[in-house]
Amino acid sequence: MASYYFTIIGTLDRPLYELEFASFKNPTAQGVPGKSQFSASVKEILPFIANSSLDVVEDAQWNSNQFHLGKIDAFFGLQVNGYITQGNIKFLLCYETPTNANLALHAKQDDTTLKQFFNEVNDLYVKCLLNPFYSVNDAITSPDFDLRVKLIVRKYL
Amino acid sequence: MSEEEIILPSIASGVKSLTVNDRPMHEFGYNPSLGPHSNEITESSLNILLNRKTISLTPTSTHSIYDRNILGTKKHELSISSLSFLFGEVVSWSHRSSKGIQDLENRLNGLGYKIGQRTLELVKLRERFKNTKREIRLVEMLQFIHSTLWKALFGESANELERSQDINNEYMITDNCPLMAKFINIPKDYGNLNCSALTAGIIEGALDSAGFYAHVSAHSVPTDYMPQRTVFLIKVEEEVLIREDLRGGPMN
Repeated sequence: MASYYFTIIGTLDRPLYELEFASFKNPTAQGVPGKSQFSASVKEILPFIANSSLDVVEDAQWNSNQFHLGKIDAFFGLQVNGYITQGNIKFLLCYETPTNANLALHAKQDDTTLKQFFNEVNDLYVKCLLNPFYSVNDAITSPDFDLRVKLIVRKYL
Repeated sequence: MSEEEIILPSIASGVKSLTVNDRPMHEFGYNPSLGPHSNEITESSLNILLNRKTISLTPTSTHSIYDRNILGTKKHELSISSLSFLFGEVVSWSHRSSKGIQDLENRLNGLGYKIGQRTLELVKLRERFKNTKREIRLVEMLQFIHSTLWKALFGESANELERSQDINNEYMITDNCPLMAKFINIPKDYGNLNCSALTAGIIEGALDSAGFYAHVSAHSVPTDYMPQRTVFLIKVEEEVLIREDLRGGPMN
């Protein structure tokens, strides 16, 4: 049960939304399924890991014309996967490297599911942006948004 | 937890800012002053997620904007008179609170800017099924605005897209009959005011948020047959051109 850290970063490099969670697939008996299992020392540096990969994202941004940038960075066994919208909003997902066998198969599946996950979050983000009470680079505090992101998480990861 | 007021880096503006003491309702909702701890998945929120219980988190939860289909391909027709009246009201409202012609144009530009930021994301999202490419080159971005974005906003693409011959950071988009300013007559003593400044703002907002920093202004260039003909002059910042030169090579 892998743990994930997802964040939306605005054009001014501020986090607009953050979420820590664990995969809902194959839950273990211990603890609440879905609750992230990051150790305390990892937990506190997650935002730093995400933000430190921004340089790589901004480099890849002008080299690739894809929305989903794929795996862009790694930090001591934590992978960073990135997605960027046309309006320069970055979606980053940090997760632990899977240690089990058939890693290649895992990676391949991961890439398509991550792409779908990011696409759906992009939909949600644009819906939020179209709301006149929200403007670019504000934090997304809506409980409804949060609920929907968690439902997408449950569906794909 | 300290009682002192803490700085909220994530909130620039907003109706109400959240503090460390604000607990999310039913464990949902991100609070920037608490970070990811605020919307952690807990026993009770998990229950809601797993059982897909309908839950009223906000007064508008039952008809939330997040549940509507954003990819609607159905074209909506809008009456030109309602648009014109609305735009006329926008112009007169901005005029009342402005100090001069330049100020009025700036205000209209500012209103358009936010529209540009939003339309860009929306149009790109809707286009995703046909074309999954992100615009990363200046000329392609301008072509996207000239055709796709214009079509989404005004029903047809703009008339011309040109590059200035003398100055290499200037581009021009020409619209022979701008929809917004169709029924607006500029009084003589208002000089070179052009109400399409709002459209110029839309272009500027779209370009800026896509990372092609530019300044856009609207100018009337009437011809005998097209008295409303408007040229949108796009002055691209130097740094964008430098980036284009550096990254202009074949894509990997």
